[in-house]
Amino acid sequence: MILTAINIVFVQIGLLPEAASSEAGGVDSLFYFMLAVCGSVAALIFVLLAYFSIRYRRIEGNLVAKGYKMPKFVEIVWMVVPFVIFLGMFYWGARIYFSVFRPPEKALEINVIAKQWMWKFQHLGGQREINELHVPVDQPIKITVASEDVIHSFFVPAFRLHFDVVPGRYRTTWFNPTKVGEYQLECSQYCGTDHSKMRGTIIVMSRSDYDNWLTLGADNSLASNGQKLFRQTGCIACHTRGAQARAPMLAGLYGTEAIMQDGSRVKVDDNYIRNSIMNPEGQIVAGYKPIMPTFQGQMNEEQLLELVAYIRSLAAGREEIPPNFSPSAPQPSPVGDALRKSESTSPSPMSP
Amino acid sequence: MSYRVERMPEMQFRDLEQQQETAQFGMWVFLATELLLFGALFTAYTVFRYFYPAVFAEASHGLNAVIGTVNTAILIVSSVFVALAVAAVKSGRRKAFLFDLSAAIFLGTAFMALKGYEYYEHYQNNEFPGLAFDYAVPNAPIRQVYFFLYFAMTGLHAIHLTVGILLLVYVLVRAYRQHYSTAYFAPVENAGLYWHFVDIVWIFLYPLLYLIDIHH
Amino acid sequence: MKSETHISELRPPPIEPANYLNADHGVKSWLFTTDHKRIGLLFLASITLMFTLGGVFAMLIRLELLTPKGDLVSADTYNKLFTMHGVIMVFFFLIPSIPAVLGNFLIPLMIGARDLAFPRLNLLSWYIYLAGAAFTLWAIVSGGVDTGWTFYTPFSTAASNTEVIKTGCGIMIMGFSSILTGLNFIVTTHKLRAPGMTWFRLPLFVWAIYATSMIMVLATPVLTITLALMAIERAFGIGIFDPALGGDPILFQHLFWFYSHPAVYIMILPGMGVVTELICAFSRQRVIGYTGVAIATLAIAFFGFLVWGHHMFVAGEAAYAAMAFSFLSFAVAVPSAVKVFYWTATLYRGSISFEAPMLYALGFIGLFTIGGMTGLFLAALGLDVHVHDTYFVVAHFHYIMVGGSLLAYFGGLHYWFPKITGRMYPEGWARLAALTIFAGFNLTFFPQFILGYLGMPRRYYSYPESFQTLNVLSTAGASILALGLLIPAVYFLWSWFYGPPAGPDPWNAKGLEWTIASPPPKENFIVTPVVTSEAYDYEVAEIEPGLFYEEAD
Repeated sequence: MILTAINIVFVQIGLLPEAASSEAGGVDSLFYFMLAVCGSVAALIFVLLAYFSIRYRRIEGNLVAKGYKMPKFVEIVWMVVPFVIFLGMFYWGARIYFSVFRPPEKALEINVIAKQWMWKFQHLGGQREINELHVPVDQPIKITVASEDVIHSFFVPAFRLHFDVVPGRYRTTWFNPTKVGEYQLECSQYCGTDHSKMRGTIIVMSRSDYDNWLTLGADNSLASNGQKLFRQTGCIACHTRGAQARAPMLAGLYGTEAIMQDGSRVKVDDNYIRNSIMNPEGQIVAGYKPIMPTFQGQMNEEQLLELVAYIRSLAAGREEIPPNFSPSAPQPSPVGDALRKSESTSPSPMSP
Repeated sequence: MSYRVERMPEMQFRDLEQQQETAQFGMWVFLATELLLFGALFTAYTVFRYFYPAVFAEASHGLNAVIGTVNTAILIVSSVFVALAVAAVKSGRRKAFLFDLSAAIFLGTAFMALKGYEYYEHYQNNEFPGLAFDYAVPNAPIRQVYFFLYFAMTGLHAIHLTVGILLLVYVLVRAYRQHYSTAYFAPVENAGLYWHFVDIVWIFLYPLLYLIDIHH
Repeated sequence: MKSETHISELRPPPIEPANYLNADHGVKSWLFTTDHKRIGLLFLASITLMFTLGGVFAMLIRLELLTPKGDLVSADTYNKLFTMHGVIMVFFFLIPSIPAVLGNFLIPLMIGARDLAFPRLNLLSWYIYLAGAAFTLWAIVSGGVDTGWTFYTPFSTAASNTEVIKTGCGIMIMGFSSILTGLNFIVTTHKLRAPGMTWFRLPLFVWAIYATSMIMVLATPVLTITLALMAIERAFGIGIFDPALGGDPILFQHLFWFYSHPAVYIMILPGMGVVTELICAFSRQRVIGYTGVAIATLAIAFFGFLVWGHHMFVAGEAAYAAMAFSFLSFAVAVPSAVKVFYWTATLYRGSISFEAPMLYALGFIGLFTIGGMTGLFLAALGLDVHVHDTYFVVAHFHYIMVGGSLLAYFGGLHYWFPKITGRMYPEGWARLAALTIFAGFNLTFFPQFILGYLGMPRRYYSYPESFQTLNVLSTAGASILALGLLIPAVYFLWSWFYGPPAGPDPWNAKGLEWTIASPPPKENFIVTPVVTSEAYDYEVAEIEPGLFYEEAD
């Protein structure tokens, strides 16, 4: 109501970024609250400073300080009152934090891969984008972020969202865009020469436009690309049924708990799968020999995410490895090819 | 015991007693900062051991536990001698003082010699990160971290022990020239404090590095 | 007690008595001095040089940001500029500024000692600082470094191709200087106080330096190890921090901030100490709540060690760890807020005059209030998710470090300039400079709060055009600020030689340092003073009956 009105005015005169996600309003409310509280206290202090400075300036008749004793209770009040106010701020901030970083159950999943100095996106349907991300409006979107090189940070001011992309692990967060439009995506963790050019656009579309867009960029699904990789890189030689199986079967594994050699239990999630591929000897499942080689340096983050998507797709046992799998799976679409080509030819592509 | 020099306090002190107290307090503050210096490495060790317990246990077999144990014994005995030396100077027993100091210096040097031999062994076995390291073995990067932490922690300790030996030698020379007396022995006490600290650091290093996987 | 400002005229003309400046002559007498006052001046000269260099870098950064498109320098040069600005200002100016210059000069004078506990160690500390600075300058000359002053891995170990190791070594070396200085102050405060100078009679500046020294001694070694590990990973490819080698980049951030957050308190606590002295001296009143301020100082130093994790709210620390760090960050704000209240309360019923040091002190309170309160915005988890690593953060810490530490440092320099040199600076010029600096500072950094909330990330070489207006304002402010900083450079130099003689106590201030000649004799106190009263025992008119109450004890 009033806050919304203030918001609109501030956005108009350029003192506030547009708010375009379900969480942005909450962040702004906390901001206004803190601005009001801190502003009043600061104003009080400034007024007192000014008043005392004038009232007690050294003039004839006030050459000697008059002095006084500060009652103890005043000291206690000005310790306790700020602390109580701070507790409120802390609690409010923590609540927003938890809701910002806890993705809701049903969300559209998108993979974000950051590398010097561009953003790449993978949709579950296999669509890939660089420095542009198309998402539908009013739809919670869960992003899994991965970095090819150094630490980056996924920052969309209009969503009031800021999330570091740390190499060597997957991290997830979410946002729910509420307004159709284009929003600036920025890298906010310093990452080298073109750090300031590592910007992109989040394009929030209406549901129908988005569905339209999806069909334009159709490609193999992420999981089917992963399945292909699974075959090509030879994973299937060991992770298979039958007598030659030297490694655990992966069907139905995702989401369960794996028991390690030392008896500890580890939840099988994206990070677990990533670690198993990159750092296999770090976590050996009970009953198996540490024979898996590391794929460190042989697989990029995009391929890894495809494999993860494939193994996840086996979770319910829906998509068993077909016995008569042929490597000549469906051809990639021209759109996908074009995207891959643009990535390999220009060293630091900006969004067109 | 006769003194060659009648000691005067330095300009900023009221008397010799204040000067000695100050010196000793200074050493304690210095040890506090030293503790944090090793503390940062211990933190790194803890983190990596938590990440890769199995690799650390396996890599620890590369250490020579016999030398490690002997060295631990050597350091503990040397600390006893240093403590005896401080007691001797306080009660004015010059001969015992000189002997105890010499014994501690000898033991410290023996420790360094054995440590040097260990380092040489690691170099021979390609377990020396940055100089000679075998990347063909499984888990090479993590093994490398283990051996690096081993060299960083024992190396930092060895530097400290070397400083300790030099301090004791300095004290020994001054003691021989009769600089200390039952009234003035702060440098002896300070060198002793430092020696004990370096000894204690090793008491932690020994099990953390050598004894991770000893039951196998 | 008629005229307050022309006290010096009432005193007999000075006949240049022997003092620490004229006791010995020649370059050698300075390079091998163990006199804490001379070492303080050696530090003053060297950090002024570094500050000038850091300031030039800052000005280049601001000029580059005048236009959205990078056009003044290349992106790589810009990245080096802000890195070297940060490295020099943080490690070679702010951290040693007040402790090594004013602390060195004043601690023995204030506690009634003839020198620090370990004078030779003190000199060594300066040489180590020089070595560290030389190393860093060498790194700059041989190409500079572009990692940001935070050296985040794996960028610093795997991606950057600049002089990371040299710079890291320079900072490591400087760290030892910091440790030795801190150790010296702690021991001196404990052991060399004059008879009667009990802990609760110490001037609060001594308390502040004491707490600062604790942080220096306990936190700096961690930085030493962290930078060493980074350099070794970079040189030998050992995977401590690089995930591609099995390391953990967040471990670096934990270790780095374990030092670098307390380091923020190394920068601000001494400033708070200076300001307490100034407020008392220029309102002629004992600080209201001496014990409260002393305890708040220690509390800040203690809690300062427990809040490092608030730099990693969006970097991937566990949500509950983030909550704990957020809570503790709010907790550390309480003693800081309390100090502001005490300073304000000390003005009440005082007899306030507005010489330049007092202008700096009042400016400090105002700017520190803004800086501290915007710190709360960053401590609040939900808000940090938006403003983390934006210009909001840049503005916040410049309000603390420039608006706080730098203003306090300048206030202190003006206040003790007559003691250091025996001469007065020109008051009119000094007031003009103080106001110029204050105005320039606010114009530089206030727009950056708005820029940050609008979403301009820090360390951006080029930026979207919509941010230009605010950036132009900021650059205009920086120019005014630079001009304001040049004025004192001129009149300080002039008055060092030609200023009117100051006399032992030009401010009519209390404290042992004002009981001896200006400049002080080489041994400080010819006769060891005996302290019989509390700090700041200014003459007080009779308290009106019924004005609050007399405490029973």
